[in-house]
Amino acid sequence: MESLILLIGATLRIATPILFGALGETVIERAGILNLGIEGTLLLSSFIGFVTAQAADSLWIGLAAAILTGIILNLLMGFLVVTLGLNQHVCGLGITLFATGFALFAFRLIYGGVSTPPALDESFQPLNAFTGTAFAPLFSQHWLTYVSLLFVPLLSWLLFRTSFGLRLRSVGEAPDAADTAGINVYRMRYTALIIGGALMGLGGAFLSLAQLGAFTHGIINGRGWVAIAIVIFGNWKPWRVLAGALLFSGVQALQLRLQAEGVPLPYELLLALPYLLTIVAIAIVGRNASYPAALLKPYRREG
Amino acid sequence: MSFKIERVPAPVWMRPLFIVLAVFITFLLVSTLVLAAGASPITAFYELLIDPLTRTGARADILMLATPILFTGIAVAIAFVAGYYNVGAEGQLYAGAILAAWVGVQAEGMQPYVAIPLMLAAGFLAGMVWALVPALLKAYLSVDEVVTTLLLNSVMLFFVSALLNGPWRDPVSNWPQSPTIATSAQFPVIIPRSRVHFGAIMAVIIALATWWMLSRTRFGLELRAIGKNKDAAKFLGIPVKRRLIAAALISGGIAGLAGVSEVGGIHYYLIGTLSPGFGYTGIIVATLGALTIPGVFISALFLSLINRGSISASRELDVPVYLSDVIQAVLLLVTLATLLLTQYRIRRER
Repeated sequence: MESLILLIGATLRIATPILFGALGETVIERAGILNLGIEGTLLLSSFIGFVTAQAADSLWIGLAAAILTGIILNLLMGFLVVTLGLNQHVCGLGITLFATGFALFAFRLIYGGVSTPPALDESFQPLNAFTGTAFAPLFSQHWLTYVSLLFVPLLSWLLFRTSFGLRLRSVGEAPDAADTAGINVYRMRYTALIIGGALMGLGGAFLSLAQLGAFTHGIINGRGWVAIAIVIFGNWKPWRVLAGALLFSGVQALQLRLQAEGVPLPYELLLALPYLLTIVAIAIVGRNASYPAALLKPYRREG
Repeated sequence: MSFKIERVPAPVWMRPLFIVLAVFITFLLVSTLVLAAGASPITAFYELLIDPLTRTGARADILMLATPILFTGIAVAIAFVAGYYNVGAEGQLYAGAILAAWVGVQAEGMQPYVAIPLMLAAGFLAGMVWALVPALLKAYLSVDEVVTTLLLNSVMLFFVSALLNGPWRDPVSNWPQSPTIATSAQFPVIIPRSRVHFGAIMAVIIALATWWMLSRTRFGLELRAIGKNKDAAKFLGIPVKRRLIAAALISGGIAGLAGVSEVGGIHYYLIGTLSPGFGYTGIIVATLGALTIPGVFISALFLSLINRGSISASRELDVPVYLSDVIQAVLLLVTLATLLLTQYRIRRER
């Protein structure tokens, strides 16, 4: 029982950055844009948040800088694929390569060739609730974890219960019809990118300002790609995306647990397992996946 | 008299000019980073673009650095031409490297002309195998290949790490690297006193073969037709699914050869850091080369020049070596944007 509670607690912690990223990507993809820039966006937000927090000696300013970084990179994505109508795959990867290169360049410039990752004197600490009870490990979470969970019902409501959400989804399904109905397709897609970018920024910030309180080159380590997979797995619905994020993180947490207990398993194979499961899941869901119909398609207004 | 912008393709002779324009804009943008690093952009660009060309050793290094990204650039181009977005060249490269290293270790006592072709064949095969599942999923279940190939890159890195930390850890050095391949399996150096190896020749042969295939065969024409318009291609009676699978497998195989080339020509064993992202650089190379083989060839050399130059720049001017990564990414995005200009032209109206 105790180890189960520990496991669930770890799952929630591991899920947080992935959930932020996947929810951000969900909003963006719902508007018809696949943003493969997510991996680099998470990394650069994480880095800028860290550097700013250190320079300004304020975690909150760092958090704001991370969110802003997420938004700026997504606006850049918008300029390339919404305004210019360029290929989303290549531009997304280009943004990931740019953001990664830029983060490493700036890291080297600021910190030189340090061998130990720089750390914050003070980072966001987990909130402690129910201390002294058996549930303490479950609720010893960062406030950002609760925020990420709150975004699930919030976005579900926003996307499916408001007219704003209907308009956002319509530009991802049938931009021509949306335009005819008087919706500004370009503006709506930019709006989705801003919301998604802010969420990605939060995801990046969680790692460097809360969970680790430090920055390393490998801090994101493929979490962005996982988020992309989880969005498909979750069929572009926030609750299912949450389920996907928890499933992935659960396996991850279990692997860490087994490793800590010295179970002789090649841990890399366990780490690879969620990726393989995701591919299997996508293959099974594949046929029934309800891709936003206009995903990957630039919108050009005639005339 | 007024000017009007029309959506008419710019004349063909102007297109190379847009690439030059893209390079110019990129360096203008990147100057800000160079200034931030406390160096003069002019000096930095001299180190990046001119200095490596003035020294024999550095010129050879450019060929050595261009070899793997020529392979991955061709691999990516073949798939992208057919509209199959294989972004898994990184994983396919490692698949090729693993099998080539295994064959290379077994090759003790074999003649080089047996061992090296065997390694190449093994690496090609392994790359194909790693590309197979996403291709089948795409063809028969319409599963987006971008996501599956991307995820398999991560899986492959875990797999390599598991191999090197477990069953395949070199018993002699005890580092997380495979045993060294047999001497007969090591690629010969083709330029004396350099690290340019037989892989460079292989890359050129593959480039020529691919160019011929894409531009002179029915198969190549069909791939291009599928890439332009899948539905029309199907209507014309082209077996779209089979052609897509074939394109994906050839792409994976050639990416696998990049791994063979790095194992056989550079490291002589498998390590986890064999590729610093050659698979992803291949996407840049292919895009800059406008998915044509001559274009891929030139952009692979150009990116290698920048890579080599960034090493000099970091040594001489203390500009972080990651500058070349930033330049490559910015160049990719700026090129895509300026290529858009080739679809318009300005006409004077009276």
